[in-house]
Amino acid sequence: MKLYLRYFSIHFKSQMQYKTSFFLTLLGQFLTAFSTFLGIWVMFTRFRAVDGFTYTEVSLCYAVVLMAFSLAETFFRGFDTFPRMIGNGEFDRILVRPRSPIFQVLAAKIEFSRLGRLLQAVLVFAWAIPRSGVDWNAANLATLVGMILSGTFVFAGLFLLYAGICFYTLEGLEVMNIFTDGGREFGRYPLSVYGEGVLRFLTYIVPLALFLYYPFLALLGRSESLLHRICPAFALLFLLPCYLFWRIGLRHYQSTGS
Amino acid sequence: MIELNRICKTFRVAQRSAGMREAAKALFRRTYSEIHALQDVSFCIGDGEMVGYIGPNGAGKSSTIKVMSGILTPDSGSCVIDGCVPWRDRQAHAANIGVVFGQRSQLWWDVPVIDSFELIRDIYRVDEGLYRQSLDELTELLDLSSILRTPTRQLSLGQRMRCEIAASLIHRPRILFLDEPTIGLDAVSKLAVRDFIRRINRERGTTVILTTHDMQDIEALTERIILIGRGRILLDGTLDALKARHSTLRQITVAFTAGTPSPADRPLPAGFSLISASEDRVTVAIDTEIVSVSDAIEGLTRGVDVRDLSVAGQSTDELVVSLYEEFRI
Repeated sequence: MKLYLRYFSIHFKSQMQYKTSFFLTLLGQFLTAFSTFLGIWVMFTRFRAVDGFTYTEVSLCYAVVLMAFSLAETFFRGFDTFPRMIGNGEFDRILVRPRSPIFQVLAAKIEFSRLGRLLQAVLVFAWAIPRSGVDWNAANLATLVGMILSGTFVFAGLFLLYAGICFYTLEGLEVMNIFTDGGREFGRYPLSVYGEGVLRFLTYIVPLALFLYYPFLALLGRSESLLHRICPAFALLFLLPCYLFWRIGLRHYQSTGS
Repeated sequence: MIELNRICKTFRVAQRSAGMREAAKALFRRTYSEIHALQDVSFCIGDGEMVGYIGPNGAGKSSTIKVMSGILTPDSGSCVIDGCVPWRDRQAHAANIGVVFGQRSQLWWDVPVIDSFELIRDIYRVDEGLYRQSLDELTELLDLSSILRTPTRQLSLGQRMRCEIAASLIHRPRILFLDEPTIGLDAVSKLAVRDFIRRINRERGTTVILTTHDMQDIEALTERIILIGRGRILLDGTLDALKARHSTLRQITVAFTAGTPSPADRPLPAGFSLISASEDRVTVAIDTEIVSVSDAIEGLTRGVDVRDLSVAGQSTDELVVSLYEEFRI
């Protein structure tokens, strides 16, 4: 953690070398956050209900997925630039240092501009929580926190999977974005609206539903099942195959010329 | 102690011919060709040795370095370095080695060099006292004091390379891998880098493995050279032995007063071959296995009004070229 802060400070110093760019980025981020907020507001004033969920309920769903995604992006999106790191040999350097490669990949790219996105998520959250009609007792709060944390790790797992694939292709696969950026987009609505098949896929294969849909039902009082409440914990199992895939990929790493 | 035993590594490379049609075809069916980057590579390097690892481009030099530094996992064979298997005990091994890739930077581009050094200190868990000591030493030896506070992007290539080497030595590794450390440097920087490598090897007893295309590096630094070509080790021996074996040829150039008899007027006996002749200068190659240098000079200069005379052996560059030719690599 101390080392992470070290990396943090060197990135901060680097970015401060270009002050104008830094402040413009911040400004841009703020405007994006603001416009998203406007967008949601417009959307929710138009649509009343989706698949039996009221629009305030839906907004909570969106807030959770956005928050989880933004946290994952802030801390784990270092994998985004992973294809480039492999291409330019930066990853070779990481491998000759006595630290975990995953940690170094994450620390190699810390984007402060992502803080803007996080801010955006906080805004949506602040808007949705009081309007959702959920009784915020201890159990429900714990479930909510569980959903967000679990969601963060599921997205992190997806990023890791994406990076693992790069070991074989040496370049990124945009297909993966269906699940990452795409996950954020279709997580706006309770996943049941997409039908049984999709829901099943998102439960057992890419477990977005485990942190997004089932505990959401419990929050809204539509399900009394304890199993639904603790679903986010099972979603963490997704990290295991992702990590294994990364390990196997690492063994097959071919490096690049020279 | 570095021990490599029958290391093999094969890369699979997707192949296709040029043109749109071929590109479209490749989308559906790819043909792969196998490149045997390393085939049965074995050698052993003792502590404190300084070894030059040479071979033409694509011979497998970098691949070997990558196997030894834990970046690549070979397909078969064993490699044990100070008790560690590089790709298996990667992190433990990484603390013992320093790696300089001449063509890539490990310094953070936008911040002063000293900030990079401090981050490297934390990555390698070097304690403060030892770090100070290392830094002072390196600063003095590599003459860094004036550039430590400059952002990396503003350094000249020579300055940057000196910083790169320092960065790889902050944690005092026992083994140093240098992959083309003098590439693109001017004469002064080259000499400084060479001098430094020699001192580190002598004073700290650091084992140095150096790949380079600059034969002056080899001549100035290493006693032992290992030649690799097409993924195989072709030669492993001292530079002197190689030279003695391979360069039995000497060139003798005789300059004489124009208009007087020339050494080339007489037919040249066995062991001599004429390289060039003008009205005041004759260059002849002799094979020292057939005729000794002194006999050759005597024969060439008899009755000639000699103004100047020189004897040249094969340069290391020529030696390497003849080696490459001999092994057809």
